[in-house]
Amino acid sequence: MSLDADTVRRVASLARIRMEPAELSRMEAELNGILGWVEQLQAVPTEGVEPMAGGGAVSLRLREDAVADGGRPEAVLANAPDREGPYFGVPKVVE
Amino acid sequence: MTRPTDFTLRGALDALAARDVSAEELTRAHLRAIEALNPRLNAFVAITGERALEQARASDARRARGDAGPLEGAPLGIKDLFCTEGVATTAGSRILGSFVPPYESTVTANLLRDGAVFLGKTNLDEFAMGSSNTTSAAGPVENPWNRRNDPDARLVPGGSSGGSAAAVAARLALGATATDTGGSIRQPAAFCGIAGVKPTYGRCSRWGVVAFASSLDQAGPMARTVEDCAILLRSMSGFDPKDSTSADVLVPDFAAACGRSVRGLRIGVPEEYRLDGMPAEIEALWRQGLDWLREAGAETVEISLPHTKYALPTYYIVAPAEASSNLARYDGVRYGLRVEDRGGDLRDLYERTRAVGFGAEVKRRIMIGTYVLSAGYYDAYYLKAQKVRALIKRDFDEAFSPSGARVDAIVTPATPSAAFGMDEKQDDPVTMYLNDVFTVTANLAGLPGISVPAGLDAQGLPLGLQVVGRAFDEETVFAVGAALERAAAFEALPAVRAGA
Repeated sequence: MSLDADTVRRVASLARIRMEPAELSRMEAELNGILGWVEQLQAVPTEGVEPMAGGGAVSLRLREDAVADGGRPEAVLANAPDREGPYFGVPKVVE
Repeated sequence: MTRPTDFTLRGALDALAARDVSAEELTRAHLRAIEALNPRLNAFVAITGERALEQARASDARRARGDAGPLEGAPLGIKDLFCTEGVATTAGSRILGSFVPPYESTVTANLLRDGAVFLGKTNLDEFAMGSSNTTSAAGPVENPWNRRNDPDARLVPGGSSGGSAAAVAARLALGATATDTGGSIRQPAAFCGIAGVKPTYGRCSRWGVVAFASSLDQAGPMARTVEDCAILLRSMSGFDPKDSTSADVLVPDFAAACGRSVRGLRIGVPEEYRLDGMPAEIEALWRQGLDWLREAGAETVEISLPHTKYALPTYYIVAPAEASSNLARYDGVRYGLRVEDRGGDLRDLYERTRAVGFGAEVKRRIMIGTYVLSAGYYDAYYLKAQKVRALIKRDFDEAFSPSGARVDAIVTPATPSAAFGMDEKQDDPVTMYLNDVFTVTANLAGLPGISVPAGLDAQGLPLGLQVVGRAFDEETVFAVGAALERAAAFEALPAVRAGA
C-alpha cells in the first residue's frame, strides 16, 4: 500500500497538524518509506492469534466508583494559555 | 578521600552514613560539575541548584535526627519526561511551552520520599522518540566519550534518555531516572558506558510520566554500577492505584540479588540476534560474555525467538498508534504552547499550535499512528501488529517455559553498534529505528532488561551486553548483570567527566 498526496493531506487533517505543500510532499516520501518497511508483517501467519493490546496483565482491576481527586480548579487552570474566569479561553466556536 | 563526583551511589550512601561527606557537600560538588561541563554536554535542560541545596540541607537535617531514608542525600538527575511539582517539564518539546506541573510523578515522589536530591531535569529526544537525543527542542546532547582516532568528532549519547546517560557517565549525577519504550534506557546506557534497567511493565508507576506509548513505556534507573541501579529501582518501584497498569506485587531487595551466584542458571542465546553485517567486535563481546557466565557456573543454551525480525516493524505500528492518541491532548487550550492567527477558528488554533509545537520526528510518528488507526487500515496495520506482538511474546514465554527451553535469562548484545556521530544516520528514519533491534522485543513482551557495560570497541567506545528476564524476575536479571559486570571489570572512563 502506498500513500498518495491526497491521503497524506487527509491524515494531516485528521491529526490536526497544519502542513505546507513542501512538508506534505516530504512527509509522503517518509511515510511511504516507513510503511513499505512495516509491510513485511503481512507475511506473518496470524490466524487464530489473539491480538495483544496491553503491555502487562490481561485484565485490569476495578476500583470503587468514587471521587478520588478533584476540586482544584486553580491547579487545573494554572497552565492555561488563555483563561476567562474559571474557564479555558478559546476562539469563538458558535456564532 | 574520594572526590564526591567519583562515588558510586552505594559508596556515597556509605560515606553519608559514616558522616564522611554531607548531602550538601555532595550536592555542591555535582552542581559545580554540571556548571563546568553542561555547556558542552547539554545533558541537563534545567538545573535546579537552589532547590537541590535546600533538599540537601533538609536531608542532612533528617540524617542528623536519625531519620535517614534509603537514598538519603543522593543527588540525581531526573529525565524531563517526569512531571516535577513546581519545576517546568518540557518532554524535550516546544509544545509544552512553559508548563509547570502542579503535581509530582509517582516515581519521583517515591525517590523524594526516600531522601533523594534532584539536581535538575535531563535532556531527551522529543517525547522520548529517538535513539540519538538529537530531536530535543533543547538541542542535542553530546556523548562524553570520544573515538580514539577521531577525538574531535562529536558523538550521540543514544536516546531517548541521552541526557540522563551523559550526565551519569560524565559524573554530573550519581544516578538518574529514565524511561524505555523501545530501548531508551538500555541503548543510551550502552553508548555511554553505564548500566541501565528497563523493569517489567507495571513495576514502576507511569503516573505523572509524560505518555508516549502507554503499553510499552516503563520508567527505570541509570547508574554507573548494576548495584546502584538496583538501589534506585527499589525506591522507584511499587504499586500505585493511580496507574491502572501498575502491578500490585512485592518489591524485592534488588541490591541483594546482585550478589547471587549464577551457578546452575540456564542462559538463553537467541540465534536470531546474530545479524548479518553486525560488527565483529560486538559478536566477539557477546561470545566473551557467555564465556564469563559459563566460568561463573551458568549453562548457556541456544534458543530460537523466531519472530524477532518482526519486532521493529511491529513496534513502529504499535508505538506511533499509541503516540498519536496520547499526543492528541496537546491542543493549545489547557496548557503549553498556543499559536493562533487573528480571526482563526478553534480548529485553526489546534493545527497551528501542533504545527509549530511538534518537531519533525514527532509529526512523522503522529502521522503514521493516525494512518494505521484510520478507518479501512486499522485491521491491516494495527490489528495485525497486535497479533504479531502476541507471537513475539509467545516466543519468550516458550523460551522461559518449563516445557520449552527452560532458560532463566537471555543474554544478547545491547546495541548493533557503538555510539555514532551526531551527523550520522539522520537522513533515513528507518536507519535510525534499527538502533533498537535488540532492545525493542523486551518492551513488546513487557519483560525486564538491563544493559551492562562490558567492553570497548577498537575506537575505545563502550559496548554493552543485555540481559532479559522473566516478567517480575528482575532479581535474576540483576544477578546475571552483576556477574557480567564483575567479569568485565569495566574501568574505562569517558574523556569528558568531572575532575578530569
